[in-house]
Amino acid sequence: MSAENLIYTLLSLPLLASALVLLFRNQPNLRDGQAVLLGIISAGAAFQLYLLPTGASLTLLELAPGLTLSFTPEPLGKLFALVAGTLWPLATLYTIGYMRGAKEKNHTRFLFFYAVAIHATMGIALSGNLLTLFVFYEMLTFSTYPLVTHKGDEAALKAGRVYLGILVASSIVFLLFGVIGVWAMAGTLDFVSGGILAGKIDPFYVPALLALFAFGIGKAALMPLHRWLPAAMVAPTPVSALLHAVAVVKAGVFTVLKVGVYIFGIDFLKETGGSEWLVWVASFSILAASIVAMTKTNLKARLAYSTVSQLGYIVMGMALATPFAASGAALHIAAHGAGKITLFFCAGAIYVAHKRTDIQDMNGLGRTMPITYTAFALAALSIIGVPPLAGAWSKFMLMGGALDNGYLLVLGVLMVSSLLNLVYLGEIVIRGFFANPTRKLKGVQEAPLTMLLPLSMTALLSLALFFAIDLFIIDFGG
Amino acid sequence: MMQHLPILQVLLPLLASPFAALLRGRDVAWGLTFVTTGLAFLISIALFFQQRAIGETMIYELGNWAAPLGIVYVIDAASALVLPVISGIGFIATLAARQLVAAEIDARDHGLFYAAWLLTIAGMMGQVTTGDAFNIFVFLEISSLSAYALVAMGAGRDRRALPAAFNYLILGTVGATFYVIGLGLLYMLTGTLNLADLAERLPHVEETRAAFTAMAFIALGLFLKMALFPLHFWLVPAYAHAPSAVTALMASTATKVSVYVLIRLIFGVFGVEFPGLADAVGLLVLTLGIAGAFVGTLAAIVETDLKKLFAQSSIAQLGYMAIGIGAMSATGLAAAFLHLFNHALMKGALFLAIGMIAAQAGRATMGTIQGAGKQIPITMTAILFGGLALIGVPLTAGFISKLYLIRALLEQNFWLLAGLTFISSALALAYVWKIIEAAWLQPRPNGAPVLRETASQYIPAWIMVVATLGFGIYATPLVEAAFAAAHVFIPSVAGAN
Amino acid sequence: MIVMTDQLLGQWNYYLVIILMMIGFYGVIARGNMVKKIVGLNIFQTSVFMLYISMGKVAEGSAPILTGDPTTVYSNPLPHVLILTAIVVGVSTTAVGYALIIRIQESFGTIEDDDIIAQLDDEEETA
Repeated sequence: MSAENLIYTLLSLPLLASALVLLFRNQPNLRDGQAVLLGIISAGAAFQLYLLPTGASLTLLELAPGLTLSFTPEPLGKLFALVAGTLWPLATLYTIGYMRGAKEKNHTRFLFFYAVAIHATMGIALSGNLLTLFVFYEMLTFSTYPLVTHKGDEAALKAGRVYLGILVASSIVFLLFGVIGVWAMAGTLDFVSGGILAGKIDPFYVPALLALFAFGIGKAALMPLHRWLPAAMVAPTPVSALLHAVAVVKAGVFTVLKVGVYIFGIDFLKETGGSEWLVWVASFSILAASIVAMTKTNLKARLAYSTVSQLGYIVMGMALATPFAASGAALHIAAHGAGKITLFFCAGAIYVAHKRTDIQDMNGLGRTMPITYTAFALAALSIIGVPPLAGAWSKFMLMGGALDNGYLLVLGVLMVSSLLNLVYLGEIVIRGFFANPTRKLKGVQEAPLTMLLPLSMTALLSLALFFAIDLFIIDFGG
Repeated sequence: MMQHLPILQVLLPLLASPFAALLRGRDVAWGLTFVTTGLAFLISIALFFQQRAIGETMIYELGNWAAPLGIVYVIDAASALVLPVISGIGFIATLAARQLVAAEIDARDHGLFYAAWLLTIAGMMGQVTTGDAFNIFVFLEISSLSAYALVAMGAGRDRRALPAAFNYLILGTVGATFYVIGLGLLYMLTGTLNLADLAERLPHVEETRAAFTAMAFIALGLFLKMALFPLHFWLVPAYAHAPSAVTALMASTATKVSVYVLIRLIFGVFGVEFPGLADAVGLLVLTLGIAGAFVGTLAAIVETDLKKLFAQSSIAQLGYMAIGIGAMSATGLAAAFLHLFNHALMKGALFLAIGMIAAQAGRATMGTIQGAGKQIPITMTAILFGGLALIGVPLTAGFISKLYLIRALLEQNFWLLAGLTFISSALALAYVWKIIEAAWLQPRPNGAPVLRETASQYIPAWIMVVATLGFGIYATPLVEAAFAAAHVFIPSVAGAN
Repeated sequence: MIVMTDQLLGQWNYYLVIILMMIGFYGVIARGNMVKKIVGLNIFQTSVFMLYISMGKVAEGSAPILTGDPTTVYSNPLPHVLILTAIVVGVSTTAVGYALIIRIQESFGTIEDDDIIAQLDDEEETA
């Protein structure tokens, strides 16, 4: 297929899936089966698009004079589309297992908005200009809101308010401001290699404009705009997987990276030093979130803060303003995606099989859930950055980038953060395998196969990524 | 026939009005109104395309008396854009009125109701079309007097409509009288009332204090009519207690026409170059606009009556139009025209949907719609989309107007004001989401009346929703028309969009 | 001195207009009684009528009826025509206003602003 057709395919498959979900709402197996099947096709399409050379472009329509809804897959976008495309069928399969296992209600509504959210994510990944990106960014926020509030109780509503409030307010007040600011100054919103702002803006204002984006993209969960992420933990676990690995936060850091590389331009940022402040804000976010994560005993809450911290890496990769660090950041989107989705899948499996959410309550569970815990351990090691797992490469490249630009202190931040990761993620693995159970457990008691299969596959993905790394390193030029 | 279209669109509803008053039986009067407004709508659309095609100002001389002695009707890019808004909203609101009026107005009064309804539409169309400043006043009073009567007709179900209509009458008349005072001063200075002629003669006397005073009186009068903060107190009770159909019609058109007349006089007659205009009116309108945006939004957040809530939101939205005017640039004016157009669509959709609920339940409050998402999903979805458009979510019309409004502010380097505009529009999320949460995420209370919806009830609102989304997804022609309208008053600068 | 007197006395019509205008406006704003508000509104409008009519007067001008004599100076008839329209509008406004007052009296039993507001506040509280 040509690149244009692949773009159409990737954008329309999730919409088709959501339409079919509604159509087959009374035949659960058909409804769920087609979603997984379409997901697998989209993973294939994303992979094919990834291998095609860049240069294709597609304009869907013209919103207003000079403002088009258009799609231009470039390496970074294709990588993100690949991550989302691959994790979507796995996440859907897992969702089906979880929703049935945990006896949640309203499956149809849930699967519908899940697919719409994937559509929005694809739109973000393939967007050819800032306006398109913004349109799908907002669509993603609104389509995930019904998922976050799925339970419909008072706690879910409250979490939904925080979720929507922070994400929409930040995007309208800061992000849109930044977008229109760029439009007014540069006269265009297209993503161009090397950026569009060089020479169009007084270097004095670069840090301020960058701040509009860094804090406007609330989905990147840069402290202090991270509150929505732990709040959204009330949602069913597949939603957490969607938020943390496939779609929402990844869309956030992807947008930060894309704006840094294709709107500002790495060289322009380096020349003006406009992103230096962001390095330190990201460092703070990385360390502070890790420390908060250690104090949480609810498994999902701990994983949520771990995500906040890991997102800081990606923002920092952009802020370091070297091609090497930016490549590391892009790689981290994939590596952290595979790792974090596994961790959440495992958390959901533990909940479905044993109804446990508190870490102190999970002593010895590893012996009854060997597959789940092995997968958990692999993913945890990847996030910590231990070879031979994917996370090792991205951390290595970030450190290299920090050295290139002489940020020695950042090197220390990254190392301390790895140690903290080891402490708060290692604790869960160690309790699982070595501590004595608090309650009696008998034999092997795993979650259903529809959940085990996805989580083993994503765990193996973390391993496989390490060896196939050449394929995923994007050269942003030097 | 074709060359008489500019007068026909005004004349049709004007002449149909006395017949409607005489007709008995609810469907006859409604049918006449429906056909008349439909024809007016078709004519104004034809005029729009005709004007766009020839790209020049079309002038219609009444009784073949040439300007400046005779009265002329002017179809230029600006009036051609605003006319379809008024007649279109008038037509759709008439479509909805059949059910709403049957539910809310005593059957004996239907003829009179539609007579006033047609008069107010005719008055608004006249204000937009005429090229004579005193004619504007006459049409202003025709539309206002019938609007007072329409608001008061809400008294059948809600007696608070009476004092609301009375206050509206007092303030409306004061506003119109201010306008006439300003006009008198202008006439003394120039000896003409034709708008184009005025614009030509004013520069010779622009340094006089009388000219400045005239501008101040005219602007003040129109601020009152367009409900610019802090002169907006008449609006909320009038909209809240009027019959639902009247609220839908007026919220989308009445204040918009005054905004249009303000632009026509301030920019078309005085002109941006007029001494003191940018400082006095520009700065004042910007300040009042942003203040209104905040006051209206905050008041909407704490309001529980849905009609009042969206009336407060109208104050905020009028603030955005004022900001566009205050930017004193072509982009700003284009943004004001865009928002005038888009806001009419969104508010039309919202008030038509809410009107259907109010007609059934007696009142539309937060309590009425609690858990209604499952009972009347189609109506509530219309409210959802209308609300999203008010916030300015992409792919809705509201996004497009905000895009150009902010761009206009940034072009003038009003960064702080742009930031404040963003904050106030983000606050709109709070009152919209309050409704969404109540309707969709809370259970229907026990014993609450069962709400129903039929196609004839939600179709009018949905026509507006589809337009709101359509003009959000493909706004190119509209944006071009809005810039053409803006360039009537501020000629385009080479290279500018 | 002559200039001063001329300004003060020569423009007496404008002073009259402004005094009337302020009296009317005060009535509209300060009175709680709705009938008095309408009366105030009428005075306010009348002052504007005066403004227009007095501006139409041309010094030494006669009534604008064609005499056939080319040296005749006529007063300007246009403001009179305009005000004829404005008077019609004013009368209509007054009529609508009084109609509303009658309905208000029927339904509230009072035409005092404060009393009506008090009644409505009570309603809100009990609702």
